Amino acid sequence: MADLPPKKVGLISCSGEEMPEGTISRLAVRKVMETMQKGKTATICLPLFLAGGEGDRAFARAYPTIAIDGCEKRCAARGTERYSGKPAAGIVVSALSPHAREELGTARRLSACGRDMVMATATAMSQLVDRLLESSHETENRPRENSEMAAAGISGMNQEEK
Amino acid sequence: MNPKAFIVPCSGIGKAYGSVARESAFCVTEDLRPETSRIMPLSLLVLGEEETREALARTPVIAVDGCKLSCAAKVAAEMGGEVRHALQVLDTFRRHPEWKPEGISELNEAGHQLARALGEEVALLVDEIKDEVKNG
Repeated sequence: MADLPPKKVGLISCSGEEMPEGTISRLAVRKVMETMQKGKTATICLPLFLAGGEGDRAFARAYPTIAIDGCEKRCAARGTERYSGKPAAGIVVSALSPHAREELGTARRLSACGRDMVMATATAMSQLVDRLLESSHETENRPRENSEMAAAGISGMNQEEK
Repeated sequence: MNPKAFIVPCSGIGKAYGSVARESAFCVTEDLRPETSRIMPLSLLVLGEEETREALARTPVIAVDGCKLSCAAKVAAEMGGEVRHALQVLDTFRRHPEWKPEGISELNEAGHQLARALGEEVALLVDEIKDEVKNG
């Protein structure tokens, strides 16, 4: 039997230099990649869609992707859709977080509360990775809409843009 | 609001050098030249919205990249910005090989020292162009 390449989920983070939620996005992606879903995820820097080659732009066509954004501008989700392919799911940290921005620290240095949000964001992302990997075994490889998750800042998979 | 030069750092999710670029930008805009510089997030530039393009058209850019792909410089130029200076973390590292950066989520001490050195280089460039910045 032929060895097939392992299924992976692509994670694309906002760069987040303007607000703590952006740093939370970025650190949560690293946590998922390095510990929670090691070997099952891949990432790419968002600007590579513009600065890189066709191989980079094909990223979201090669992998089901999760866009992790710090705020409602959703640069990662919109940039990915524009230059590569529509993300299968998305997380917006500012919608997921129950905390006021000031409680999270700064983009450069997160507070303890901000670091807790890294863990919460990573956990939500890891659950999405599991669902996407499960769904890749089904004939329809886009998981179902989950309005409860959407309300909590996690957009499920094949939802229409609101 | 005072006019502020734009520092565009690499978004640095995959390599320690990217994290150095990002930290150096914070060094400039928060520690060394808070009154005359600000970060323009690369993610926002990727979207290329009209408001961002207008701001770029009035302000020379200093791009700080973590690798030779030069995403920061390329994207800023693509969106209509005038990239007055395009710096590479690796060039600063060659001048300071004793500071080998490690860690992406959390830079080691050498990475912070390298970022500080790079930030000091960028701060001098901010001083050079500050009279040309028209976004105040």
